[in-house]
Amino acid sequence: MLLGPSLGLSAILFSLGVAGVLLRRNAIVVFMCIELMLNAVNLTFVALAQLYGASGYIMVFFVMTVAAAEAAVGLAIILAMFRHRQSVDLQNINLLRG
Amino acid sequence: MIAALFWFFAAAAVLSASLCILQRNPVSAALWLVSTMFSLAAIYVLLDAQFIAAIQVLVYAGAVMVLFLFVIMLLNLDHATSDIRGPSTIAATVVIAGLLAGELFALWSYTPHRLAVELAQAGSAGDVSALFAAGAIARQEAQAKGVVGAVAAPLFQAYLVPFEITSILLLVAIIGAVVLAKRKV
Repeated sequence: MLLGPSLGLSAILFSLGVAGVLLRRNAIVVFMCIELMLNAVNLTFVALAQLYGASGYIMVFFVMTVAAAEAAVGLAIILAMFRHRQSVDLQNINLLRG
Repeated sequence: MIAALFWFFAAAAVLSASLCILQRNPVSAALWLVSTMFSLAAIYVLLDAQFIAAIQVLVYAGAVMVLFLFVIMLLNLDHATSDIRGPSTIAATVVIAGLLAGELFALWSYTPHRLAVELAQAGSAGDVSALFAAGAIARQEAQAKGVVGAVAAPLFQAYLVPFEITSILLLVAIIGAVVLAKRKV
């Protein structure tokens, strides 16, 4: 069954993802930490699907699709940002205008 | 046996995730994230979600992480200096992430409501699959139709409209990525 340990593991992984987002200045690494958080949420869905049926697996599908779309668009934004500023350091990117 | 394997892969996932957020080189960080995703795929297998595990390896560890590595190598980032923020931010991060972990970690002792009621009345857990009929039905479906069929049936019946909306989302993402990454001519 392993419901409690799975939820605990996903809590740890989610917190590590949050720590990474706060800790790093490299936009790509921040992006990878967001993927880590999405993975932690997927783990809760899979763990609870053991009790509540296959809907949890369907939600994991949708989360994965959104994560893939987000990675494509986000990395394109980072690429455009790098062309503009020659850097992906988040400390240099503090203005909403171009 | 399953519990021992679970703890092994859980430790591997936490270790690789910690190294992922602490590695200075973005390529090493990406590879540690791939290791985390493989450990999670193994945990999905232990939780009876074999199809999700296969998709995890193919889509996440395969496609998404290749995209990340491709962009890291395309940008050819300099990682001589560490990109970890200063001491005050580190302290704030430890406090925030620690508080969040403490709150979320309460889920460890989470007992579903129906199970809690049963425990209060009968004193013992009894038959869990009788309490959670949906989970038991899903397991029977997986035995009858195979793990792929058990996921495909609800995906193309009850969740057909969200599934189609997802395809539109992917189309929008493709067009958006091309427009954003295109060089201005």
